[in-house]
Amino acid sequence: MGNTSSMLTQYDIEEVQEHCNHAFSQQEIVSLYHRFCQLDRSGGGFVSSDEFLSVPEFAVNPLSQRLLRMLDGLNFKEFVAFLSAFSSRTSLQQKIEFIFKVYDLDCKGKVAFNDMLSVLRDLTGSFMTEQQRQKVLTHVLEEAGYTKDSSLALSDFMKILGNSELKMDVEVPID
Amino acid sequence: MAGLESSSAGIDVDPPNIEDYLTSDALHQPHKKLQLKDLLDISPTLTEAAGAIVDDSFTRCFKSNPPEPWNWNVYLFPLWCLGVVVRYGILFPLRVMTLAAGWIVFFSAFLPVHYLMKGQNKWKNNIERKLVEMICSVFVASWTGVVRYHGPRPSMRPQQVFVANHTSMIDFIILEQMAAFAVIMQKHPGWVGFLQTTILESIGSIWFNRTEAKDREVVARKLREHTEGDNNPLLIFPEGTCVNNDYTVMFKKGAFELGCAVCPVAIKYNKIFVDAFWNSKKQSFTMHLMRLMTSWAVVCDVWYLEPQYLKPGETSIEFAERVRDMISVRAGLRKVPWDGYLKYFRPSPKLTERKQQIFAESVLRRLEEK
Repeated sequence: MGNTSSMLTQYDIEEVQEHCNHAFSQQEIVSLYHRFCQLDRSGGGFVSSDEFLSVPEFAVNPLSQRLLRMLDGLNFKEFVAFLSAFSSRTSLQQKIEFIFKVYDLDCKGKVAFNDMLSVLRDLTGSFMTEQQRQKVLTHVLEEAGYTKDSSLALSDFMKILGNSELKMDVEVPID
Repeated sequence: MAGLESSSAGIDVDPPNIEDYLTSDALHQPHKKLQLKDLLDISPTLTEAAGAIVDDSFTRCFKSNPPEPWNWNVYLFPLWCLGVVVRYGILFPLRVMTLAAGWIVFFSAFLPVHYLMKGQNKWKNNIERKLVEMICSVFVASWTGVVRYHGPRPSMRPQQVFVANHTSMIDFIILEQMAAFAVIMQKHPGWVGFLQTTILESIGSIWFNRTEAKDREVVARKLREHTEGDNNPLLIFPEGTCVNNDYTVMFKKGAFELGCAVCPVAIKYNKIFVDAFWNSKKQSFTMHLMRLMTSWAVVCDVWYLEPQYLKPGETSIEFAERVRDMISVRAGLRKVPWDGYLKYFRPSPKLTERKQQIFAESVLRRLEEK
């Protein structure tokens, strides 16, 4: 797989479907494959950071650099698995797990104050000072019953985000 | 070939109506107290990013659409094969001969006129313009161009700028066969570049290199000089790059700040026989012409729209948008808020900063509401 000119066989599609826990229909996987080949201009079987950044709508996203660390060099199967968090068929729990992974880039299994701070830094850039960011974070953490030194585990994320309405659905266009 | 960017040096790729894309719905309820979950919930931004990975309006502008296959049927297949034989075996050689004959006639008339008639007299200009129109008609004939022109034919008055949407270099040929415009073009390598410097220069065309910031100023100056004098009208493709004729990208404002009449031209290709989009990153112009010359015909409509003037109080960017509206409505194109130069450059960090500002302000505002 990954060869730009090749077509997906039924086996390939099923394998990919299996890999992403059936988050996408077969048609959606075929569409995603076309998109993947379109992004993979060099035809190397993976999409490089540079190729992702050639999509302006992605490049202007404040979290693009962070996401690139997760996206860089993914093959098609992993690419679909990455996007499966945005399928309407994926459970809330899996979506929260994905958000957790975005925070926990170095895969420690927990999110410390600094991790949250660095995401907030990506999101606010130069429009908040470092002090303001720390103050805001400390404030909301304390409100929620944590302290500056506590690090959040996945279960904490579940508790915090579990009863909110996450809108994290991306529709795959089928042509 | 490209339009122009005449603003001051530096790469200015900031689409003005990008605000449509900035409606960040992060922190949906702005008047509630800020909670931890509001800060941790980065799903809107993530969704935007994933949406752009799955599909984005910019890439769509430059996607060549493969023709619908119709040779699937046992009865149609032999017919299709026959078609291939006719197109490649009969039409193509005939067209190459037409083109060759056209060039021989053209050069045998153009070279003597160009080098023997000294000075800038009216006769010489007129003959050269007529010859350029002639060779463009030969080109159109070489792909059996079925071009329907709507609206009044362009007049050769000075102080006019024609702006058109851009799909391929053949836009220029199709428009040029009706009137010898002076065109603003990207410098091209190879034989196209040779033609640019020898022939098209004689009708007042201007060249530049898209990636050279210095060239912008030079082009802006030359443009102004051209429109101020008693010259033939300018033809500008303000998108600055070829788009696939389903979308329009932002218009560069240079054409709209010259202070003369802007005559919009809408070009719509019918994709029934061949897709006229020239994907210059994938295909050389020669291969593009080959593809056109081996098709049955190139079918297209050209509309000359009513000349537009800068309204009082209107900025050149608003003016450009207004003309883009007219062209996209007429040709049935969808508009995207992106600058076509993003094919060559990364978007400006200003757009990211704008998103960050929206988010930061909403956080700070909500923090105060205790």
